[in-house]
Amino acid sequence: MLTLKQTRQLRTVLLGTLGWLVALVVFFPIFWMILTSFKTEIEAFSSPPQLFFTPTLDNYIEINGRSSYLTYAWNSVVVSFGSTFIGMLLAVPAAYSMAFFETKRTKSTLLWMLSTKMLPPVGVLVPIYLLFKDFGLLDTRTGLVIIYTLINLPIMVWMIYTYFKEIPKDILEAARLDGATPMQEIVRVLLPISKGGLASTVLLALILSWNEAFWSLNLTASSAAPLTALVASYSSPEGLFWAKLSAVSTLACAPILIFGWLSQKQLVRGLSFGAVK
Amino acid sequence: MSISNLQVDKATGAEGSALSVKSQNRQKSRISLAMVSPSVLVLLVWMIVPLAMTIYFSLIRYNLLYPGDEPFVGLENYYYFLTDEGFAAGAFNTLYLVLAVLVISVVFGVLIAVLVDNEFWGRGIVRVLLISPFFIMPTVSALVWKNLLLHPVSGVFAAVWRFFGAQPIDWFAQYPMGAIIMIVSWQWVPFAVLLLMTAMQSLDQEQKDAARLDGAGPLAIFWHITLPHLMRPIAVVIMIETIFLLSIFAEIFTTTGGGPGYATTNLAFLIYTQALLQFDVGMASAGGLIAVIIANIAAFILIRLIGKNLTDKP
Repeated sequence: MLTLKQTRQLRTVLLGTLGWLVALVVFFPIFWMILTSFKTEIEAFSSPPQLFFTPTLDNYIEINGRSSYLTYAWNSVVVSFGSTFIGMLLAVPAAYSMAFFETKRTKSTLLWMLSTKMLPPVGVLVPIYLLFKDFGLLDTRTGLVIIYTLINLPIMVWMIYTYFKEIPKDILEAARLDGATPMQEIVRVLLPISKGGLASTVLLALILSWNEAFWSLNLTASSAAPLTALVASYSSPEGLFWAKLSAVSTLACAPILIFGWLSQKQLVRGLSFGAVK
Repeated sequence: MSISNLQVDKATGAEGSALSVKSQNRQKSRISLAMVSPSVLVLLVWMIVPLAMTIYFSLIRYNLLYPGDEPFVGLENYYYFLTDEGFAAGAFNTLYLVLAVLVISVVFGVLIAVLVDNEFWGRGIVRVLLISPFFIMPTVSALVWKNLLLHPVSGVFAAVWRFFGAQPIDWFAQYPMGAIIMIVSWQWVPFAVLLLMTAMQSLDQEQKDAARLDGAGPLAIFWHITLPHLMRPIAVVIMIETIFLLSIFAEIFTTTGGGPGYATTNLAFLIYTQALLQFDVGMASAGGLIAVIIANIAAFILIRLIGKNLTDKP
């Protein structure tokens, strides 16, 4: 007969083992992708799959020869940082005014903004494509920055709004009595207090635009194509390409994966529009 | 959307004389209006201009391959789109994909969140591993699953099947939609886990202890305490995942190309093939509007069902 303490210990061990098992299964595809990126193409294709092999960096060198990885990576960086920056410039003042000068319309304006996210992108694919063609924006980074700013703006406004709502109004009033203009209030008082919230908004916007794959696949061809499109170009097989696919995928995902790991706690509020804390 | 008469009287402080407060308020209201309007304006343009164009295109015969001939045809495009065999398949596949992934992510999300809520060694790492797939870009998840895991010859699944003496499955030939659902679920279960496991942390521990003292078993506690507590975050998960799942595109684009036949064509992909592969702008626009209408119906139902959960802060 087990004592109460022993049952509890057994329970912890069992649940812990189960937890680890589930986590390893969920993570396995990523682990396997990274592992395969260090194999030769023959090893990558071999059946049964090999767990032990001599690692090689050839794939990472070769994918650079096939198509310049750095061009695509640079496009991803420019487009995600550019759209996030412009998005913040638009979203912070809007959220400020909604959080601190709340009116009857604020709630409905917020919900309306969110409802623009309900609009499926295919619904406007044709006109956007034709407009982009007319304005020479097809396959340009500027075009993608415009789109990403617009699709992320509602989320950014909503998220910053929920952070600003938690700041006591007294603090701002004190600054106001000292004769601060709204701009000074934002820059000197609000931004320092809400650093954490703004940082996670920035992170979320970066992740969403880095991984966006509807507009990037439809509106870019080569010169402005980001990493999502580079990876998609591996969808038509050319002989043995598993290891190279893995290498390019690993490179494309690594930065955002690390970002995500570091910021998972802050991201929850953003991802749930502040509804889960 | 008119926000011209913002009233800010309540928001500003009551300090100073009545007169200066009033003029201050007027200035404040102007400034705050100036701060909201850029965001509202760009979103308004983003919503109205393309939508108006889609409506217009949907009413004319417009194919990029035959320029110059664009007669008004009324609802002809809608008729052809709705009676096309692709539409029935696309509408069915869209709903099937959304519902299947929603059910899978809520069920597994809750189970995993409850599991990792227990204290055990290395829980922090387990959580990080569990949410990782959410950060992987769709094109990568799709191609890694298709080529490294589900491949009928060299894939890991095939090796596991052979290990147990079974005939490996050619997923994309035999169960194409099942394969897509698997990939998309792998991306979205972690999202549910992330939200639900955060919500678990705010569960009242004393309530659970009290129930346990009263002799409630783990199942009863789960059913009467944990699950009700998770209803709100589950509503959030359903809401947000629906938005994204209705327009799944990259996973289909990079794996099956909508096939075999229409087996994995959802509405997003169907409209894409009509617009950018067949250059039939008129019909693609009609399809686009129908997709918008379907999304609005789904959003309306969702907001009626769970929207209250989202806006009323507890």
